Amino acid sequence: MAEHGAVIKHDQEKSPKTGAWRYMHPEVDKEKCIGCATCVPFCPDACIEMKKHKEGQRDKADIDYEYCKGCGVCAEVCPIKAITMKKK
Amino acid sequence: MRIARYECAHANNKFMNKKNKKLALTGGAAAAEALKQIEIDVMPIYPITPQTTIIETYAGFEANGEVETEMIKVESEHSAMSAAIGASSAGARTATATSSQGLALMHEVLYIASGFRLPIMMLVSARALASPINIHGDHSDVMGCRDSGWIQLFCENGQEVYDKTIIGMKLAEKVKLPIMVIMDGFNTSHSVENLEILETKVVQEFVGEFEAISPLLDTENPVTYGAVALQNSYFEFRIDQEEAMKSAEEEYEKIAKDFEKISGRKYDIFEEYRLEDAEKIMVLTGSAAGTAKVIVDKLRENGEKVGILKIGLFRPFPHKKIAESLKNAKEIIVLDRAQSIGTYPPFYSEITKSLYEAKEIKKIKSYVYGLGGRDIFQKQIEDVFAGKIEGGYIK
Amino acid sequence: MNKELAKYYSAGHSACAGCGFPAIVRAVLGELKTDVVIANATGCLEVTSTLYPYSAWKAPYIHNAFENAAATISGVEKAYESLKKKGKIRKKIKFIAFGGDGGTYDIGLQSLSGALERGHNFLYVCYDNGGYMNTGNQRSSATPYGAFTETTPTGKESFGKIETRKNLMEIVNAHRIQYLAQANVAYLADLKKKAKKALETDGPSFLLVFSPCTNNWKFPTSQYVNVGKLATETNFWPLYEIENGEHKLNFEPKKITPVTEFLKTQGRFKHLFKEENKPHLEEIQKLVNEEFARIANLCE
Repeated sequence: MAEHGAVIKHDQEKSPKTGAWRYMHPEVDKEKCIGCATCVPFCPDACIEMKKHKEGQRDKADIDYEYCKGCGVCAEVCPIKAITMKKK
Repeated sequence: MRIARYECAHANNKFMNKKNKKLALTGGAAAAEALKQIEIDVMPIYPITPQTTIIETYAGFEANGEVETEMIKVESEHSAMSAAIGASSAGARTATATSSQGLALMHEVLYIASGFRLPIMMLVSARALASPINIHGDHSDVMGCRDSGWIQLFCENGQEVYDKTIIGMKLAEKVKLPIMVIMDGFNTSHSVENLEILETKVVQEFVGEFEAISPLLDTENPVTYGAVALQNSYFEFRIDQEEAMKSAEEEYEKIAKDFEKISGRKYDIFEEYRLEDAEKIMVLTGSAAGTAKVIVDKLRENGEKVGILKIGLFRPFPHKKIAESLKNAKEIIVLDRAQSIGTYPPFYSEITKSLYEAKEIKKIKSYVYGLGGRDIFQKQIEDVFAGKIEGGYIK
Repeated sequence: MNKELAKYYSAGHSACAGCGFPAIVRAVLGELKTDVVIANATGCLEVTSTLYPYSAWKAPYIHNAFENAAATISGVEKAYESLKKKGKIRKKIKFIAFGGDGGTYDIGLQSLSGALERGHNFLYVCYDNGGYMNTGNQRSSATPYGAFTETTPTGKESFGKIETRKNLMEIVNAHRIQYLAQANVAYLADLKKKAKKALETDGPSFLLVFSPCTNNWKFPTSQYVNVGKLATETNFWPLYEIENGEHKLNFEPKKITPVTEFLKTQGRFKHLFKEENKPHLEEIQKLVNEEFARIANLCE
């Protein structure tokens, strides 16, 4: 049975996993990352979260590869080049 | 075109409630009166002749504090229908009105209203389409959107406009489809008739409260209207719409029966006027049906077995019932107030399909009349019945 | 996934890798203090976020057609007013419409103008990527002078688009609304400040936001922030706001970078760097200088 009026509801389960689009993937050098979070809001796919890395340190950028399309914006905006784009 | 009929028919109405008012109103004002009683939440409007009698009357209600409706005085008919779609999907009972070029301008979004399954009420004061530009009545505009997924309900006169606006609102909200209640531009929209207005309380109880299915304003349960549906899903949504439209025929009958109980006025899916033993049946709709009834009465007095089948519900089209109603006719005369350039006129096409499906082969004639507000006279209808007018046009 | 960023507009949408508008949408919605209903004109944002059966929208959302986002949100807003008056709704809701430049400068301009004039309580956000990108890069009235598009291709007789951009800020400002601003996705702090002001406005407000398009401006997917920065550093896209009629410049480059630095990042301007097109490059610099001077003058 199709939805009434084609009106649908958000359901993350139904989302395409856009990580499959990726050709290059970003790698965060957690030792280098200063936890400035500059990359976070620029990610078109909301794939970067600041997560605890080591006790006593600022949270570090962490990438959700399920949705990351590998555009490389995060690596580009990182002020200290702690993110690099790599081929699998 | 014939005004006195309803007054006569209902003067001694046993259902006539003493609290019911008799008012002299134009067809447009009758529609506005019904909308006021129904309690419309949002009404986006844009002026076009001959629909202005509706929105001006309603703006008067607003100015005098008689309605709580949020009127949106938009900058085009396209925006009127777009805002109506916004309001209806938000969860508001919504109405608007238009004619002719205005309806044509709305065309794109008419399909969106029906695709979203929004019960928007639209009064249409049917008018000719340009070019050449012409402000007078015919059915070209509403025929231009007969495939848009809207219920279409034709009215003969002001009383019908009032009554069918009430019936139509309930029907639209029942089957969750938008509806056009159609009157003839000027002939009906601007003619003053003496008509009976029900008590507001009775109307409100009849129509009931509007319950939207997935209102946008329910922010706790967010929904997405207007998704992209491609090869794997679009087809199913369109089938759903067709099924909903089909159900409107039966629902109309139920609602019209209930309406008869509160008003004493009976509105079948189509009106059978003196069809009981009719051999020659004229099919038409709108104000011209009033004129034709006079002729039928006259010919009947002379012993001629003639009658009228007046189209009411046009979308969905009641093919089976119409074929059944026409099955004893020896000759059928179909009058269209619109062309379908390049093929047969709309009513004629539908009627022949109804008969074909029912395996009825009949003598059937097609005429187009009244384009651009051209009057149709009693004499002409008499001549058509007599077979004196050939050529397909009653000019 | 970043839950805070994905509060209203989630991941799993199919915008191009390296697209500029998702950050705009999230920056604007991130400033909300109330519930929201969103309307969206047909375009990249709409198509990529609502592909059945998945909707990336966690807030109520309506896409009606291309030219009517402003009229649609007008209807939603009035439905809210009506139901509030009747006591059926109590909470505060803000209304936002998103449209691309095609849906705003061109086909949706009348609808936008009507809604601004009527004074609905809504924010209209135009993400401007300078063309019809969803249909494969055709020119709009927001496409810059000299740009290659599929309907202004370069050729023996053509150097790209011959007309200059329509000044939408001026048009919107002519409606004398309380708050409007020009922003840039590369300057998110500035955009957020503006979104906050716009959302606090009681009545219509407007944001025109620069949104670089990797696919059709022809630059690598990693570059939208850099391209956006250069647009403002070269004064091609000044950041300014108009609040109660007062103009205010929000960014003034310390040293002015020639506009060619911005143009050369993108394939759509590549042809302008041929010797015979030098006069057009000069013309672009002149246009940029004049427009910036005009705005700076208003801001004094």
